[in-house]
Amino acid sequence: MKLFVLTFLNGLTLAGLYFLVASGFTLVFGLMRNVNLAHGSLYLLGAYIGFEVGDYTGSWFLAVVGGFLSAAVFGVLLQILVFRRMEGQELRQTMVTIGISIVAADLMLAIWTGQTYQFEPPDWLYGGTPLPFVKVYPTIRIMVLVVSVAVGVALWLFLTRTRIGMMIRAGVDDRGMLSASGVNVQRVFATTFAVGAGLAGFAGVVGGSALSIAPGEDTRYLLASLIVVIVGGMGSVPGAAIGALVIGLAEQFGLAYSPTYSVVYTFVIMVAVLAIRPQGIMGRA
Amino acid sequence: MSAIADTLPRPLPLWLRAVLSHAILAILLVIYPLIVPDFWAFQIGGQSLFLGVISLSLMFLGGYGGMVSLAQMTVAGVAGYLIAIVGGNSLNFGLMWPWWAAVPVAIAGGTMAATLIGAISARTTGIYTIMITIAIAMAFFYLAQQNYTLFNGHSGFASILPPQVFGIDWRAPIPFYFMSLAVAVLSYAIVLYLSRSTFGIALQGIRDNARRMRALGFNVTAHRIAAYAIAGFIASLGGILLAWFNSRISPGTVDTGPIFEVLIIAVLGGMRHPVGPFLGAVIFVLLGTFAIDFIDRERFNTLIGACFLAIVLFSPDGVLGLWGRFMALIDRAGAANNMLQRPIGDEDGIQPAAIGRLIPGRK
Repeated sequence: MKLFVLTFLNGLTLAGLYFLVASGFTLVFGLMRNVNLAHGSLYLLGAYIGFEVGDYTGSWFLAVVGGFLSAAVFGVLLQILVFRRMEGQELRQTMVTIGISIVAADLMLAIWTGQTYQFEPPDWLYGGTPLPFVKVYPTIRIMVLVVSVAVGVALWLFLTRTRIGMMIRAGVDDRGMLSASGVNVQRVFATTFAVGAGLAGFAGVVGGSALSIAPGEDTRYLLASLIVVIVGGMGSVPGAAIGALVIGLAEQFGLAYSPTYSVVYTFVIMVAVLAIRPQGIMGRA
Repeated sequence: MSAIADTLPRPLPLWLRAVLSHAILAILLVIYPLIVPDFWAFQIGGQSLFLGVISLSLMFLGGYGGMVSLAQMTVAGVAGYLIAIVGGNSLNFGLMWPWWAAVPVAIAGGTMAATLIGAISARTTGIYTIMITIAIAMAFFYLAQQNYTLFNGHSGFASILPPQVFGIDWRAPIPFYFMSLAVAVLSYAIVLYLSRSTFGIALQGIRDNARRMRALGFNVTAHRIAAYAIAGFIASLGGILLAWFNSRISPGTVDTGPIFEVLIIAVLGGMRHPVGPFLGAVIFVLLGTFAIDFIDRERFNTLIGACFLAIVLFSPDGVLGLWGRFMALIDRAGAANNMLQRPIGDEDGIQPAAIGRLIPGRK
């Protein structure tokens, strides 16, 4: 029972982390039809820069802010300098992001080396919190879960209650119509890209605090984002939440109960969803 | 038909130009290993040929089918793992079958894996294919890394050697080169033949307009899966050569780096003609081998990534496209009426940029 509850909690926290990364990925995809395969690089970049900021200022909160802002700025630069120049050429854009992710991974390896970094979260996040069945559970993981739920709610409010959120939703449905009704679509794109990329950088610091950061994490979170949005439905934030939950739990239960085949679980879920509902659980056909 | 053919004087008939250019190329390829040092025959020649074969499988899928699958290295890896497990390796873990049994099993296994990947992703096109095939390829990498019962985990298998047949050591530089050349010629011929067969024409029709082809009564999904199977067969051939060349296979062989390298090679060379991937492979291998002379070896990925970016941004047709543009300039400088004789087929290869425009939305 203890193993089961512990695995369940681990699955939930991992799902929280996956949601933070994948929600930005799916938002950008839904609006711009741009599969940003450099999304994992944004995660790692945010984590590294967040680490530097935290190291310099000694504040973990500033590290979180630094991770968000650096990835957001990088994302906006990508949008303005690269994607705007090849609008409508989806495959070409995707290939460009592959090139960028290769170069970015290599340059980050050159700057931060192959070493593993660990954040120093504030004291109250250290240690454990007593919970039923498992006695204590690391506080920082509970924090990851709380933060991802909070971000999910904030994202939902942002998308449904604000003007710019309305524009983004309208853009997901019909980009041409949104543009025709006088909205500056480019600004909406840049905002979405900033929020999506910033969330990845934010997740980098949060994930780096709960786990650690090292080269290769970029592809891990890229794979997670891809599977989460394929399963959850592309362009849908609630879909990303459902997908993250399914994949996070599947991964942790797989690791706990059949360690050498755990990836197969994730894979089988993806194939099953593609076979039954090719557009994803919450995706629109 | 081919960009190489364009180098020859204009007045020759098309078929003669094709025959001549292929004949010259064939002679050069046969003489090459005999006049260069072993290093050039094995490391440069052999490696370019089998990497070209693996990328050719992607060119076939992407260029004629409009499906850019990033799981081609995975298919090659499946064949490589099978040849290690079935054919024998240093761990004495495998079945130790003789080569004439192990090679067909590896090819069949790779082709089956490719068919399965095709069945999973055939209902999608464009960027969706990329996403799903990347997910499949990465999942296979993590599986190979974490599984010790079948894939021997992180270390993989070593001492995978080609057999000694007819008293020849096929891993010696020149025999390996000719073995790779034979496989490359076979794969090239398959792709060239298929591109003009009924099947290939239908596939190109599906690439250009799947709905219309479906309305005409073609089974779009079946054609796509068949294309995956054929590409899988070619990639498996390349994968066996890859395992023999390195004499080992490990999860590193099917990691994200190599997965993307297959695409990089195909795009560098150009996806308009089957010769493109081989051109791309030569450039890739030369860069990889000699990058150390002008850039830190550790930063090779930055260099190759930058080259890839430059090609995607400025010449979506790859080096073949650059060559075509260069020839077009010469043409324009020469007689204008020659343009009329340009083969129509020149334009029918797919351009990566064009695929994106062709896909209006989710199918």
